[in-house]
Amino acid sequence: MRPFTYERATDTQTAVTSVSRAGAKFISGGTNLLDLMKLEIERPTHLVDISRLPLKGIDDLSDGGLRIGAQVANSDLAAEARVRSRYPVLSEALLAGASGQLRNMASVGGNLLQRTRCPYFYYETADGCNKRDPGSGCAAIGGFNRTHAILGASGACIATHPSDMAVAMTALDAQIELLGADHTTRRIAIGDFHRLPGDTPQIETVLRSGEMITAVILPPPPPGQQRYRKVRDRASYAFALVSVAAIVAVEQGTITTARVAFGGVAHKPWRSVEAEAALTGRPATMATFRAAAEAAMANAVGRGHNDFKIELAKRTLCRTLAQTAQAE
Amino acid sequence: MGTSITAETKAGGVHTAELALTINGRVQRLELDTRTSLLDALREHLHLTGTKKGCDHGQCGACTVLINGRRVNSCLTLAVMHQDDEIVTIEGLGSLDALHPMQAAFIARDGFQCGYCTPGQICSAVGMLAEVAAGWPSHATEDVASPRIALTDAEIRERMSGNICRCAAYPNIVDAIRDVAEGAPR
Repeated sequence: MRPFTYERATDTQTAVTSVSRAGAKFISGGTNLLDLMKLEIERPTHLVDISRLPLKGIDDLSDGGLRIGAQVANSDLAAEARVRSRYPVLSEALLAGASGQLRNMASVGGNLLQRTRCPYFYYETADGCNKRDPGSGCAAIGGFNRTHAILGASGACIATHPSDMAVAMTALDAQIELLGADHTTRRIAIGDFHRLPGDTPQIETVLRSGEMITAVILPPPPPGQQRYRKVRDRASYAFALVSVAAIVAVEQGTITTARVAFGGVAHKPWRSVEAEAALTGRPATMATFRAAAEAAMANAVGRGHNDFKIELAKRTLCRTLAQTAQAE
Repeated sequence: MGTSITAETKAGGVHTAELALTINGRVQRLELDTRTSLLDALREHLHLTGTKKGCDHGQCGACTVLINGRRVNSCLTLAVMHQDDEIVTIEGLGSLDALHPMQAAFIARDGFQCGYCTPGQICSAVGMLAEVAAGWPSHATEDVASPRIALTDAEIRERMSGNICRCAAYPNIVDAIRDVAEGAPR
């Protein structure tokens, strides 16, 4: 690990000022950043510890939504009674991620900023990775790519985003609140927060230099039942091969509202408006679910080892929708 | 303003910080390279070697300690981040003369073979039972909205998935944890 100086921020305004210097980075739970610093993939020269900032509230909003402070621990958010009763898909997604120890450390803001677990980014550093070393190529294309993206990838990068939490937040239409280095705030829809890789896979979000995530805003829950389903190589404590967050309302056998987001398939949490359009107004039957799955994966591209993920994503969506619609 | 921790830059561009850590009820004053993980501070500087280094990447759980009563991986956090926290290691849970009930249960149930993962397993299990007592759901919980948790074997296994045992003493670890959860006299 490279040497760095450290300061503990006590308020948000000085934190964004402190992080504006060259080489500075925020640290919160540290579960991803320190791991990457040990591997010298991340090399900050100054750390601004924001884990003690007063951003740990989970507050009711007047519209029936919820404002989640960016420093809320993943475990606290998953265990929060209002989340469990009104946004169970979010609790389920959080609980499907990482381990008990990591969820106790990891913050909501940090979870959104997790970096990919592509082995060529993380471990096989002798091989090319445009994310780690822009311009060096993508060793996953033509290499070992069993876990890689099937949607929205580019010739420069086929990495996936590792978060479960963000997939549920995408289905819930969350907004991300940001505080800028100029001390102004702005809100970004979560669907616009993470970027597709394109030619610049090293730029993963629309965060500006010095900007800090201060909160995640959940609008009131949409009607219907919510469910998160994750498929992985182990029963617990593994990243998703494919995951699905589904919210479905059924009235008299007809789907009236549908929200679908996938995890493990793209460089960002993948909202499928195609699947939602194929579900809305249709009978809640397996034929409809299958049609939605085909629509969701119409543009999916396999890279060899990960070809199976296309069919796996379809089946996972069908199974999740069947369970969700049945519970309605 | 920022931190109360004083920092100094040493030869070779290494930065150090003076800090006070509260470990097992005792305040320990240290001057550490800012890069020092809590795990390395415990083992290499305070010689509390009960906490083990396995993978050093948060994947095995051998380094699990309790911070303010919560289980965490001490390898993935910096010592300088824990001024003002209450840290408890396996040495602080119990002693040879007065074992913690979880330590006694691991012995009674033979919940280990080589023993390397055991301090982490025990600290994790103690933190985990506190989470259950607080009504936290898990991935094994059928209905996350339910306020009550039935601590089945599936629940114990899911909740302990952050602790790897390469000797695979898992059945006996589950038995030991269930004994403590049920308050079994042993």
